[in-house]
Amino acid sequence: MTGSRLVVVGASVAGLRAVEAAREAGFRGAITLVGAEPYAPYDRPELSKTFLTATPEPSPRVYRDHSELAGRLGVELLLGTPATRLDPGARKLEAGGGLIAYDRLVIATGARARTLPEGRRLGGVHTLRTLDDARALRRDLVRARQVVVIGAGFVGAEVASSARRRGCAVTIVEREPVPLAAAFGARFGDVWRRLHERNGCDLRCGVSVTGLRGAGRVESVLLSDGTALDADLVVAGVGATPETGWLDGSGLEVDDGVLCDETLATRADGVYAAGDVARWRNPLYGRHMRVEHWTAAAEQGAAAGRNAVTAGPGTPCAIVPYLWSDWHGVRIQFAGVAGGDEIEVIGDLGAPRFVALHRSGDLLTGVLGVDSRAQVAAYRSLLRRGATWREALAARRRVAP
Amino acid sequence: MKISVERERCEGHGLCVDAAPELFRLDDDGELVLLHEDGEVPAGQEDAALAAVRVCPIAALSAGVPAA
Repeated sequence: MTGSRLVVVGASVAGLRAVEAAREAGFRGAITLVGAEPYAPYDRPELSKTFLTATPEPSPRVYRDHSELAGRLGVELLLGTPATRLDPGARKLEAGGGLIAYDRLVIATGARARTLPEGRRLGGVHTLRTLDDARALRRDLVRARQVVVIGAGFVGAEVASSARRRGCAVTIVEREPVPLAAAFGARFGDVWRRLHERNGCDLRCGVSVTGLRGAGRVESVLLSDGTALDADLVVAGVGATPETGWLDGSGLEVDDGVLCDETLATRADGVYAAGDVARWRNPLYGRHMRVEHWTAAAEQGAAAGRNAVTAGPGTPCAIVPYLWSDWHGVRIQFAGVAGGDEIEVIGDLGAPRFVALHRSGDLLTGVLGVDSRAQVAAYRSLLRRGATWREALAARRRVAP
Repeated sequence: MKISVERERCEGHGLCVDAAPELFRLDDDGELVLLHEDGEVPAGQEDAALAAVRVCPIAALSAGVPAA
């Protein structure tokens, strides 16, 4: 592979890990890292957490700056350069108006925040994905008094929590009857409701937003039950969609993400995908999935980078999805995937800390923890080993009250 | 090689424990414990140590060879 060129599209954690892993695997060819945002790879998870609450505005945490990337890793950086087209037949990428030839390519373009069609023309309406988003949101949040958060998922709950910490009145509007039912299971709805209400957030489930009103800036949010909520700041945390528009016409198979096999290889020769944009076959669960979490992006990025520059069949990428979220000073963690057959709660759902195990067939598939870091870590190790339900129950440890 | 932990950053995710179980463990409160004194990395564990540094989602770990 000496003398060839690896191009990595996407300069967040998946792209960065791809570059690092390629070098660690001994790749001596040229590497180009192409990023849509004008920033070197930075810490995204903190943008919905401490970045919003700390004063003064914190500097973003950069994982590798320009000199480390260009120096030690020998990477040519093309930042502020969104990719616009891919031609796998000619092995060329179009980005920033120019064409870049590659021998191996890793697609790590991530996902983009879904927006509200109603919010495009009004000030004070935000989504949160990038550093620029977070800066704009923070500027408005500092002055805001009445915040409406649309969506009670991870970003919504963290933004609501940050807004409360800043002393704003906060209402969360969730379209589903129970927040995060698909991710965690429907039976935890009351836990999340109590957590929000205890911390002064008004959570309204089973209602959707029908409109935003205001002259220039948002003034109120209209709901499907006829209510109008006063608001001087609206944040939509309504999910993200994989950044695949630039692959139209490339011939790559795209279905809510770039389809990949177990080794993260796409159908196009020499082209791999990693991170939020990839829908790959996770050998641990025997099915295709797309995961939007930091650790999965880091692990997939490393695997894709290594496989891209290594001769022969690639190494399968087995991942236990893992996420964490901080709401009102409480740490929520989930490892694995929701089961569907049974949920065993260890402890009491009304207590400040508990753990819940998910079963599918005779296997442990996931663990939810509320302020139970050690337990989640222990069960995550079991998940990694493909533990049976019986083993998981045998490992139960009473969660300290 | 030595491992060091920025204690004020560490949040007890425990991913380093998965990557290098010979070097780290979480105690019952989820606090990270270094299994070797002063974060010393025994011979043969260097790759595991570097993997642990990489997997930390908040970059609270670093590994290096102390200057003589």
